Order: sequence, then structure tokens, then C-alpha cells
Amino acid sequence: MTSVRALLALTATLALTAACSAVGESSSDESAKAGGEVVLVTHDSFSLPKPLLKQFETESGYDLVVRASGDGGTLTNKLVLTQGDPIGDVAFGVDNTFASRALDEDVFAPYDAALPAGAADYALPGDTDHRLTPIDVGNVCVNVDDTWFASHHLAPPRTLDDLADPTYRDLFVLPGAATSSTGMAFLLATVAAYGDAWPDYWTKLMANGAELTAGWTDAYEVDFTQGGGKGDRPIVLSYDSSPAFTVSKGAHESTTSALLDTCFQQVEYAGVLEGAANTKGAEAFVDFLLSDDVQAALPESMYVFPVADGVDLPSDWASYAKQPTEPYAVDPADVAAHRDEWLREWSDLTSR
Amino acid sequence: MPVAVLGVFFVLPVSGMLARGFWPHGTFDPGGVLGVLARPRVHRVVWFTVWSASVATSVSVLLGLPAAHALHRLRFPGRTVVRAALLVPFVLPTVVVGVAFRELLGESGPLGFLGLDGSPVAIVAGLVFFNVAVVIRVVGTAWESLDPRPGEAAAALGASPAQVLRTVTLPALRPAIVSAATVVFLFCATAFGIVLTLGGLRYSSVETEIYLLTTNLLDLQAAAALSVLQLVAVTVLLAVAGRARAVPDPSVARTVARPRRPGRGDWPGLGATVALLAFVAAPLGTLVAGSLQIDGGWGLDNYRALTTNGTHQALLVPVTDALVTSLRTAVDATWMSLSLGMVVAVLVTRRSRTPAERRLRTGLDGFFMLPLGVSAVTLGFGFLITLNHPPVDFRDSPLLVPIAQALVALPLVVRTIVPVLAGVDDRQRQAAASLGAGPLRTMLTVDLPVVWKPLLAASGFAFAASLGEFGATSFLARDDHPTVPVVIFRLIGHPGPMNYGMALAASVVLAATTALVMLVVERLRVPSVGAF
Repeated sequence: MTSVRALLALTATLALTAACSAVGESSSDESAKAGGEVVLVTHDSFSLPKPLLKQFETESGYDLVVRASGDGGTLTNKLVLTQGDPIGDVAFGVDNTFASRALDEDVFAPYDAALPAGAADYALPGDTDHRLTPIDVGNVCVNVDDTWFASHHLAPPRTLDDLADPTYRDLFVLPGAATSSTGMAFLLATVAAYGDAWPDYWTKLMANGAELTAGWTDAYEVDFTQGGGKGDRPIVLSYDSSPAFTVSKGAHESTTSALLDTCFQQVEYAGVLEGAANTKGAEAFVDFLLSDDVQAALPESMYVFPVADGVDLPSDWASYAKQPTEPYAVDPADVAAHRDEWLREWSDLTSR
Repeated sequence: MPVAVLGVFFVLPVSGMLARGFWPHGTFDPGGVLGVLARPRVHRVVWFTVWSASVATSVSVLLGLPAAHALHRLRFPGRTVVRAALLVPFVLPTVVVGVAFRELLGESGPLGFLGLDGSPVAIVAGLVFFNVAVVIRVVGTAWESLDPRPGEAAAALGASPAQVLRTVTLPALRPAIVSAATVVFLFCATAFGIVLTLGGLRYSSVETEIYLLTTNLLDLQAAAALSVLQLVAVTVLLAVAGRARAVPDPSVARTVARPRRPGRGDWPGLGATVALLAFVAAPLGTLVAGSLQIDGGWGLDNYRALTTNGTHQALLVPVTDALVTSLRTAVDATWMSLSLGMVVAVLVTRRSRTPAERRLRTGLDGFFMLPLGVSAVTLGFGFLITLNHPPVDFRDSPLLVPIAQALVALPLVVRTIVPVLAGVDDRQRQAAASLGAGPLRTMLTVDLPVVWKPLLAASGFAFAASLGEFGATSFLARDDHPTVPVVIFRLIGHPGPMNYGMALAASVVLAATTALVMLVVERLRVPSVGAF
């Protein structure tokens, strides 16, 4: 009897298995649009509301295929490795710390998009033939837990120097520069602030008990006092927009704030890929990213500010997310030339 | 056929990446690659990799053996549930486990007083957490069908239980133990997320270094140097393991011993199993607790949110859709790795007539283990630059994900089946043939009854490996069809009041699904067929 039952069970399982398999399932589930498809290559933080993407498809007549994986660095290196035979038509998400590498390797084709008012301020220095179009801007800033400092009767730090002050010993947690683009931005902020003396600053910072984590998630969600895991460090490296996410229901004040004198500006670009199969479609997508609808959706979808002036920000952002007026900056060409050397020196300093 | 598959999906991409490193500007420059190996940092990295993987492997084997015995030879209530539950860590995404471990060990966590956060001990604990299931599964399956009579005979002749274990049982299990240890070592040596998250960036392994060199610095020369080093080391390891695994006469008399009730002598083993369970349960406990936590209280809101796209549209598809994708992909990956694995196992275990043929067979055996020892980053980037021209334009195929996962699961399948298949006395096949049975019938009557159970074990294993695979999948999965681990990674990386809780809830669902599937697979074990 058992064997009969077992056989029945087995047959049932096999039938179920066959029904579950993805083989034979056609990969394109709807009729192809007249204009063919346009393939977007991006990083895995890319996100826009679905209706908006549908709107692009209906208005332009192209099918949009999104291929996202890795962070901005992985994205750039993928594009460099597949230069001339790209894995898509248009790329979004190369930022100003990686842009020079992409330009040097001729990853992008020139496309002079009509920029909305204000966007020109964020154009990449040295990009004379318009290969990269600025889309959004965000700042990596040190954030503090105001409630923690209030209950400990301590004035929160304000500057980079303060972070190395023994008053704030063992309170700072940040993602490392080697494994996190957020961490890299902070390293660049210190390079901009201290010039060749940045290693001395880092020596002091580490001696003051700064804790390094692999990524932003770890630092914010596990170690930060206002993160999901209720950690024990009230100073964390995050973004200028982060305070907009720590407003409790019904409250009129954020429990955290960004230190605007510690920020490094990150601009994300889009561009048409050299050798793209669908150049027209790629150009249409770049224009779409600059449209008012997308620019207005950027804060809620990707936690960054639009490059266009006069776009309405979500109410939480308007009240709680403040942008720095003079963020630190390093010339992209300098970053490209010294990234290796800086990261190596940084790794040696911090793994001691 | 299996060789061709591995050739296209493994050898081609990896050699493509290596070629970029050896020919940096179109000219062959092996000196530059060799120069990398002289860097002091590289020595430190290699030493740490070997050290952490060796320690983690030894600990996994030591903890896994008593549990394998208890769960596969003894009979007690809840045995199958525990067996299924122990596979759960295997499928959890490293990001989530890393966070769970850190919540436990961190300065403010319940175990924070141990001061283990960011220490090598934490890394080893994380590696053991992931891999102990491999030891239990591989060794347990072999142990289950081990003939108890030689042991009983030794005991009747006055051998103490310890002597029986040392002189009869362990030697008979040696092939399975070495198999398991090899796989675990390879998993540990190529572990990535755990080393980064739990090591607090102070420790780098060869794998994390390749990742950094490839994705951040684009120093392909150095990455190629490390990849070659990895390949050579893996090959040497496999050769050594092959030797250690070899026994003069691999054939073992098979009977399926009925599991017995635990006796007094089993208490130490059972105690060790319970300790292991506690060790596995602790991080899982923090996960479940975290997933039930909502704004200042407890509730199921995070679970209810799984059908949505997360706060602020963090996801393109809800977690429930991703779960369907995951299950479908896993089904495909399972049948692919099972069919390939069976062919390989049969090829490898057939009796060789000449020494050259035997060497070829063992070589083949090792060849299929190689994917475990090579960096997922190298493979992923290799896919992009080599599989882009017809007739092998696979960059856009929906089958790429299951194929990649099948390659990862293949060694597990092969290692589970080979020791058992090798244990079949070839004379049985000859007897069947001389009685007039064709090759197919011989296989059905001689081999199939023996490999039936291991095959089920292997399929469960492959399924679990596919459900949890993140490295290759995140690289290849299409954005509109992500798997659950990919979705969890997105959720956990996006700020927003509920995304963190949802990520934990999704992990719990993934774990529960796995456990459920394992339970069903266990139900399919058919005693009457196995005991022939």
C-alpha cells in the first residue's frame, strides 16, 4: 500500500512541478510596442512609480526594459567592460564620483538634452560634448539623533572636527569607503576639507571610536539609535533627506537632523550608451527623466532632490529635509586619478 | 552534455574575465599579474581566508556529526521537523543573517557583553551557522543507509561504543565526511556578505578583495591574479580531497537500518544536537522578533504589508509575487541540477578499466566542483562580456537565473549522490546483466533503489540552494521578475518606516517556505522501495 501511495504522491509532485516551471513561459507577456524596446541599465536603487513608467511607454511608443543590479560602482564598471557592445541603450545612475571613468572609457555617446531651469548647475565639469545629463542630486551628510542628545544634555556636533572631539567618543557609526558609495562620499568630503592631511583626520576619527560597517543599512538600521534595530550610536553617516523619514505619526518635528557642514554632494547622471541599438529610444528616456513628472517623483522614489528648479517637494521634505548651501566637492578628474590610492591608504589606516 | 553546459556557463565567462586581466591593454602581461601576488596585503588576505575557512569547516564537521547521527539514525518525535528546520539557515540571505547576528552580538544586543561584534569569532560563527546543514545532510544521508551489522558485530566482540565509532563507523563514513567538508570549505572560502558584515571591514578574504577590485577599483589585473590563485587552490584542495575520499573498496553493503529509539549512550550526542539547535535558533529568533515589531508594539503589520510595494514604492513588485518567481525558478534550477548531477554521478562512479580512464573520471568529478570555488563577481561580469554574441546570447534569457543557480547547486547534488552510488558493488550490476537485464533495467533495479533517498535529499538541497541564492541571482535577475532574496536586499537598503520590518518578515516567510518544502520532500521518502 505504502508504495502505491508513494507513487501517487510522486506523480502528483511531478505534475505540480511541471506546472510551476518557468520553462515554456513566453518572456514577453504583452504585444510588443511599435517602436521596439528601449533597455535601461541602472543600479538597484532605481525606482519610479509604475504608472509613470507606463506613461513613458504609451507616450513614446517604446517598451521599457529595466535591468538593475549592484551599486553605482558596479554599474559603471559593467558599462566600461561592455563598452561598444552595451547591455542596454541608456544608463542611469553613474554619479560624479565614477563619472570620469565612464567618460575616459567612451561609454556614453553625446546627447545635448534640453535641460530644465536650474539643471545646468549640476552638469559634470569637463563634460564638454554633453555625454552625461544630470538627473538628481543628493548630499551625504552626518546625521544626529536629536532626542538622544537632548536626553543626555549634550550639544550635538556640528562640524567634521567635532566628530574627532573626545566629547563625542564612541558615538559615530559610518559605512566604510571601500564597500559603500555613501562611505566613499564621506571620504571625499574629508579629502575636500583637509587636503593632503586627510589621513591625519581619519587617524583621529578612528582613535575617537568611530565604528565602520559594510554598508549604509548596517550603520543606520543596526547601530544608529533611531534605526530599525534601535542601536546605541546617536551619530550616523546618511543623507540630507534622511530626517524626513524619522518623523513619527502625528509629530511636527523630526527626531533627527543632518549636519549641513559635513556634506558631500552626489549628482546622478543619465546618458545614451555608445553603440546602443535604439539611440532614439535612449534619448527619449533621458528626456523623460528630465520631465516635470519624474523630477517631482524623485524624492519619494529614490530619496534624492530633483535637479530642476521649482518642482514641488513632498510636504515632509519641504519641512524636514534641508539641503546644504555649500557642500564639499572634489573635482571628478581628481577622483578618477586618485581613487585607487586614496582607498588603499584609507583601508590601511582603518584596518590597523 | 554536462561538460558542454559547464563549458558555456562557467569556463567561458571566467576565462573571459581572466583574459581581461592578463591582457590589460591588448598586450600579454603576466608579470603584472604575478606582481600583484607579491603585495603584502594579498598575503594577509590569503592567510585570513585559509584560516577562517579551515576553522569554520572543522567546527561545522564537529557540530554536524552528532546531529547527523541523532537526526538520521535515532527515532524521536519531531525528528523530521527538526531536520527540515536545520536547512533554513542555508536559504537565508546573508544580508539578513548579517543583520540578525549583529543585533545579537552588537554593543547593545543581548550577547553584546561577549564583545564579539566585528571579531573573527563572529565571522566563524556566521559561517558555521550557514554551513552546518551541509554536513548534517550529506553525512546523515550516508549514515542512514549504512549497514549497522559490522558495528554490532564489533560490539558483540567487546568493542566499546567509542571503539565502534572510531574503527567501524567513521571509516565507513569517511567518503561522505570528506565530501561534506570539501563543500563546506569551498562555501566558507568564497563567503562574501558574512565576512564584510560581521568583520566590521577589518578583515578581507580573497572573495571580498576580488569584489572590491572588480566592482569598485576596476583593477582587473589584480582581480585576475586572485581568481587564478583561487582556482589553483581549489584544484589542489579537490585533488587532496579526492585522495582522502578514496577507499580501497568503496562498495558498502547497504541496508536501510530502522531508526531506533535513543538509548543512554546517545545522550551526549543528543545534547550536542540540542546545543546546535539553540545556536541556529538564536539569530532566527531575533529575526522573528524583529519582524513582529511595529511602531512601539507588536503586530502582524509587516506581514500584511508583504502584498504591497513597500513604503515610498521601494519595490517594483510585491513580495508575494517575488515568492512565486522564487518558487518557479527553484523548480527549474532543481530539475536542471538533478539531471546534470545524475549524469555526472553515474559517469564518475562507473568502474574504470585503465588508470588513465580512472584519472579522467576523478578529474571530471573535481571539474564540476569548481563553480563553488570561483568568485560570483568574476562569473557575473564574465557572463556580461562573453555570452553576448549569437549563438550564445544569453544575457537576456529568463533561463539564465535558474541555470546559474543550478550550477551552484550541482556540486551539492553530485556530492550527495556520488558516495552512495560508489558504494554499490559493481558485481550486482554484472549479476543483473548476466541474468539478461539491459542497461536501463540494471539501472532501475540496482542503482535507483539505492540512490532514491539521496536523490530526494539532493533535490531538497538544490531547491533550498536555489531559493536562497543571492550573489549570481542579483546580478542576473530581471528587474520585473526579482526573487525573494533580491527583494529583501532592496527593502533593507531603502529607508522608510516599514521597509526594515518588511525585509525581516519576508525573510521569515522565505525561511518558513523552505522548511515547508523540506517537510514535503521528507514525506516522499519511500521505505518499501529503499529497503528492496
